[in-house]
Amino acid sequence: MAVTKPLGLLVCISLLLSVLTPARAAVLPADRADVMYHSYDGGGVKIDGPAVLVRKSITDDVSVSAQYYVDEISGASIDVEVLASEYAEERTQYDVGADYLLNKTIISLGYSNSTENDYEADTYSLGISQDFFGDLSTLSLSFALGNDTVKKSTDPLFEEDKTTQSYQFSWTQVMTKNLLMNFIYHVITDEGYLNNPYRSYRFLNGSSVGWLTEKYPETRTSHAFAVRGRYFMPYRAAFGFEYRRFNDTWGINAYNMDLSYTHPWGEHWIFDVHYRYYSQSDADFYSDLFPSADFQNYMGRDKELSTYTNNTVGFKISYEIDTGWSHDWLEKASVTLAWDILSLDYENFRDARRDDLPPGTEPMYSFDADVVRFFISAWF
Amino acid sequence: MLNTMPARRHIKHFHLYPLLALLGLLILSGCSPIKPWVKPYERNNLADPIMSFSMDPVEAGYMHHVYQAREAARGAEGGGGGGCGCN
Repeated sequence: MAVTKPLGLLVCISLLLSVLTPARAAVLPADRADVMYHSYDGGGVKIDGPAVLVRKSITDDVSVSAQYYVDEISGASIDVEVLASEYAEERTQYDVGADYLLNKTIISLGYSNSTENDYEADTYSLGISQDFFGDLSTLSLSFALGNDTVKKSTDPLFEEDKTTQSYQFSWTQVMTKNLLMNFIYHVITDEGYLNNPYRSYRFLNGSSVGWLTEKYPETRTSHAFAVRGRYFMPYRAAFGFEYRRFNDTWGINAYNMDLSYTHPWGEHWIFDVHYRYYSQSDADFYSDLFPSADFQNYMGRDKELSTYTNNTVGFKISYEIDTGWSHDWLEKASVTLAWDILSLDYENFRDARRDDLPPGTEPMYSFDADVVRFFISAWF
Repeated sequence: MLNTMPARRHIKHFHLYPLLALLGLLILSGCSPIKPWVKPYERNNLADPIMSFSMDPVEAGYMHHVYQAREAARGAEGGGGGGCGCN
């Protein structure tokens, strides 16, 4: 596995930067705790649960963080309705991380574990962040290695592996005293079993249709580039924008853009509204209905591999709580409600539940989803 | 087309050389003084929490997860790190 080479490279770069950089302090993330309830409801599926994130400095130059996150899944998506395949009913994730401050450099280490009854994922990450040019620029490099085990609840003997490597380059730049920009280039490679073992492709079988387990390539490499900006308005408010392009070796091209506006009101309230548009083309081996069972080497019918768009409108309201009662133990606290509405419209994924219609003539599938977050935050 | 798709691609030969060249330039540029065009005392607006790319990390991480599960695109989501040197 080509892991030691990039890891060694990152360590060399971090040492080089820390030696060559004149001393001036960068800043560790603030001490903070968040308790959140999250809910996704759409396409026949409801996923909700808690999340807790705590970050605390343990010395002047070391900050540690820990997160606990749960997805409780219920309902039946269109894939379940068509094929009666099963879902994991709960996913639990633990994250721990540490940041070490060395002059203008921050070195970060992280570990994440995600567990379902039919999926196990471990991810290790290493990152370095460095301030330049009178602290007008911040360069960040990060590397992550993921080892996943894919299982199948209906087949106790089924077990496959998947390895993921991730390389990210990020540049944040102060453009003017009111404009901040961020550029990110991110490469991710996967190797191993990349299918969803429950999903099937459909094919013409005489006058009817047949279903067989999907066949995916065993590797995937993707490239994503994003540019983001935040602009401070002439009054106290911020305008945000984002544009991201994506392509991968499966032939998928995608882009998304996001516009946001943040407006504080009085001393306690912050209102935020945003609109996001996402569009992607389908994978080379995607088809809603293949002409035959062995039409080509790789065949998939995941709706996530099809051509579609996603429109999102989101609102967020935050209220800062008075913490005078805490005798300065709490620096600040807030309660936040956020609600996004997603609208996904598929252009070549048909609603196969309509078995009253001839195969290939069913209407295109679409659905809306509500995504709600409610959380309490405390800075200490 | 698809029938000729190689089973495994050469993912080990990822090109890091342009990145290294850029880093080299950055390190060399550190040898000559560059005067910041936005002075520290002019960064009040940038230091305002509403200018953060990720005001609420727990929520931002969750939304990335929501999109990653429903969209093929992945990566470059951002959300980490600061960078305005405001403090």
